[in-house]
Amino acid sequence: MSDGATRFSAPPEGYRIVALDELSAVYHRASGITHVVASPAPEILDALSGPAMSAEALLMVMTIRYDLADADPAALAARLDELVAAGLVVATP
Amino acid sequence: MKHQFAMRVGPVGFRIGSAWRAPVEQLAALYAGYPGADVPDFTVRLGPPSPLRRWLRPAVALAGDFTLPDTAPLPLAHALLAAEMGMNLQVALGHRRHLLLHAAAVERGGRAIVMTGESGAGKSTLATLLGARGWRFMGDEFVLLDPATGMIHAFPRLVSLKNRAIAAVAAALPDARFGPLLTGTPKGDIRHLVPDARAVAAMDDPAMPALLLFPRFGEAAAVRAVAAGEAFVRLTQASTNYVALGERGFDTLTRFARDVPKVAVDYPDGEAAIAQVEALWAAL
Repeated sequence: MSDGATRFSAPPEGYRIVALDELSAVYHRASGITHVVASPAPEILDALSGPAMSAEALLMVMTIRYDLADADPAALAARLDELVAAGLVVATP
Repeated sequence: MKHQFAMRVGPVGFRIGSAWRAPVEQLAALYAGYPGADVPDFTVRLGPPSPLRRWLRPAVALAGDFTLPDTAPLPLAHALLAAEMGMNLQVALGHRRHLLLHAAAVERGGRAIVMTGESGAGKSTLATLLGARGWRFMGDEFVLLDPATGMIHAFPRLVSLKNRAIAAVAAALPDARFGPLLTGTPKGDIRHLVPDARAVAAMDDPAMPALLLFPRFGEAAAVRAVAAGEAFVRLTQASTNYVALGERGFDTLTRFARDVPKVAVDYPDGEAAIAQVEALWAAL
């Protein structure tokens, strides 16, 4: 997924998210499906709410914004893939 | 159909049609204190699965606005159970005005306790026993959560008591009205309890949910707080129309799961449960 060319975005109008203690419920408007997610999925959605960005740029934003000392690119890519599969994140080649 | 009866339970109007007189007479007697339904929301029809079975080993097949495939007919002696199952099915599959939770509820001072759990968790018994201790019984099958206000509406249908709960509730409520004892049903022995007059008279009064309980019968007494995320997941499983309501359902249920205090209660018997519930209520 992180081939450098792919850009990711999560337009906020595509979903609703509600924090429920340590989890968050996300309602995907296009499919009508509810997803229950844990960190860092809500943070990824938040980081991708603006202009589309590459996986590398997302990792940088996450590291800075959420003070991730040991950000793992592979783990982040896996979470990103899950959000793309759910339709919450749009991947543009 | 030949014999008919209509009544309203909370905001839902039902029309029951039957090929036989007896089930309608039983329903009319048990629902005597309920208002009629001029324009029913749902129809349940009790008829024989084949013409012969009206007379020969008479059996009741369920029909109505909504049905489930491959539902086995019940003997005519269990027609009351068939009618109740049919009514529940119509609400579960057809009601869209509220978010439905498979739960029981009681109210005091305009605020309600909602109790949800698997069949056998004891929510019917608990709601009934609390109803005998000054709480207003709001229902033991469905709690109707209003998307606009977040309040819950009562659905005080007949209480379906099963097996051991029959004797326990009869002992606690010696003056209550009961339907006939139905033995050997697919759910074991069943006896219907008529909610008290107060529950029926106040059934149009909604209440604000103040406590969500996940009771579990047959365990040593224990109480633990339930996180909002876990409660939300369990409530989506306890709702029959969450998916059908779409974003309205999401907003309603997340608000409920987030804002109402949530507690799992294990209890060994009814008396212990009532003490636990009263203590939780006092601590709110």
